Amino acid sequence: MFELIAFYTFSILTIGMFCIVVFSKNALYAMSALAGGMIFISGFFFLLEAEFLGVVQIIVYSGAVMALYAFGMMFFDTTRDVKENINNKKILYTLSILSAILIVVILCAPIFSANIEAIYPAKLEGVGNVQMIGLVLFTKYLIPFELAAVMLLVAMISGIVLVSKRMDANLTEDEQEHIEGETI
Amino acid sequence: MDAALIIETVIKAVLVLAVVAGLAGFATYVERKILAFMQRRLGPMNVGPHGILQLAADGIKLFTKEDLVPQNAVAPIFKIAPVIAPVCAFTAMAAVPFFPEFTVFGYKVTPIISDINIGILFVLGVASAGMYAPLLAGMSSSNKWALIGAARTVIALLSFEVVSGLALLAPIMMIGSLSLIDINDYQVGGVGSWLIWSQPVAFILFMIAGFAETNRTPFDLIEYEAEIISGYATDYSGMRWGLFFIGEYANMITVSLLVSLVFLGGYNPLWIIPGGIMILLKVSFFIFLFLWVRAAWPHIRPDQLMWLCWKVLMPLALINILITGIVLI
Repeated sequence: MFELIAFYTFSILTIGMFCIVVFSKNALYAMSALAGGMIFISGFFFLLEAEFLGVVQIIVYSGAVMALYAFGMMFFDTTRDVKENINNKKILYTLSILSAILIVVILCAPIFSANIEAIYPAKLEGVGNVQMIGLVLFTKYLIPFELAAVMLLVAMISGIVLVSKRMDANLTEDEQEHIEGETI
Repeated sequence: MDAALIIETVIKAVLVLAVVAGLAGFATYVERKILAFMQRRLGPMNVGPHGILQLAADGIKLFTKEDLVPQNAVAPIFKIAPVIAPVCAFTAMAAVPFFPEFTVFGYKVTPIISDINIGILFVLGVASAGMYAPLLAGMSSSNKWALIGAARTVIALLSFEVVSGLALLAPIMMIGSLSLIDINDYQVGGVGSWLIWSQPVAFILFMIAGFAETNRTPFDLIEYEAEIISGYATDYSGMRWGLFFIGEYANMITVSLLVSLVFLGGYNPLWIIPGGIMILLKVSFFIFLFLWVRAAWPHIRPDQLMWLCWKVLMPLALINILITGIVLI
């Protein structure tokens, strides 16, 4: 009974929030609704007794959407509406409807053919949620897990290298010297 | 789910809300008194004996002040933002055990609203989601000082969250559980088994991250008066402004509770002092420490905070985890 009420409350809130994300022209509304929607999604994880994933959802997405806010701050006046530059509405609508149908088909195909089965069902006696994730991650999915870690490391290092190119040198001083050299 | 559980949960939630919101108000009075004492002033003296009724006067002022919304602000977000701070602070307390178990009229009461087995992660995650309050407030005010405050919120969050998470990882590795009740029970054997003796580095790192998380003085860069007026709160008045500060003081209480539970033996009884009194003493000490540091330390700049968190504290936390791992193996 309570799970039902909670499920419908969270569903309505999540769908409402993401509708605002899509339909709003104001970057601030869209980002705030995105943050709210991400946090409401964690409610489903709590309902499914996957508390660990629920909390990870809150932590990861609150941080990630926070970074989006930072970009918003740098590139837009977030208090004003964004003027959308749409040249051809027909192409836009066709593409978005097609991609929506494609996603629905991809997600529904295994459900229709009833192929979804949990290889490691989450109900083991005396084993908690966190331990379960640890067991699965470090036995069955060890290699994908390590590969993901390596990929993230590569992304981080390349990001640092790209950003910190010639960070020790002062760009304006260089330009000054260049100009002075030319005049001499 | 039976009716008794629901009634019990509702009563607990209302009690936590009422007591902590009251304590947050009281903490403003205590803060002014302690700061005054440390600076050889008297502090509030006129309203009631030793100014104790200043609290009521402040409350009346906050509730009756005109509620202003600036003309160019994004009104809905501007109005929602102050609510986020106390909501997140109180939600985080749902997973914190306040006292040891006790029985009332033969009914066993566990003073925790929801005993989820990942309590400490939940508290940290929800408390850091509370940083959306200053961020949204700053971005919706359409005020330059507020926008700078919001930008500083982002860097503060990104800096301290890494440190607090990594610092807590080492004690969690020793205990093997994320539940705050398990963490408390691990230290049941008196002062000698407190985790502060085996994890002193993690304790100091987590304290520093806690100061950054609650925007207290060495790290209150998002509302530092001398640089950016009042940061994100520049345009707020009345109770909306007050809500931010209820959230801040509630967060202080949460961080104090977390530090006491994880590193200082929590609510385990000590000698003849019962457990309930012990945790109150520890939390009061940490609240006092927050105020003491405010009186004793200067502010630091945002770049200094980032330098500290990323170049000093994070490597220290990683080394601490490595050493803990080697010792555990």
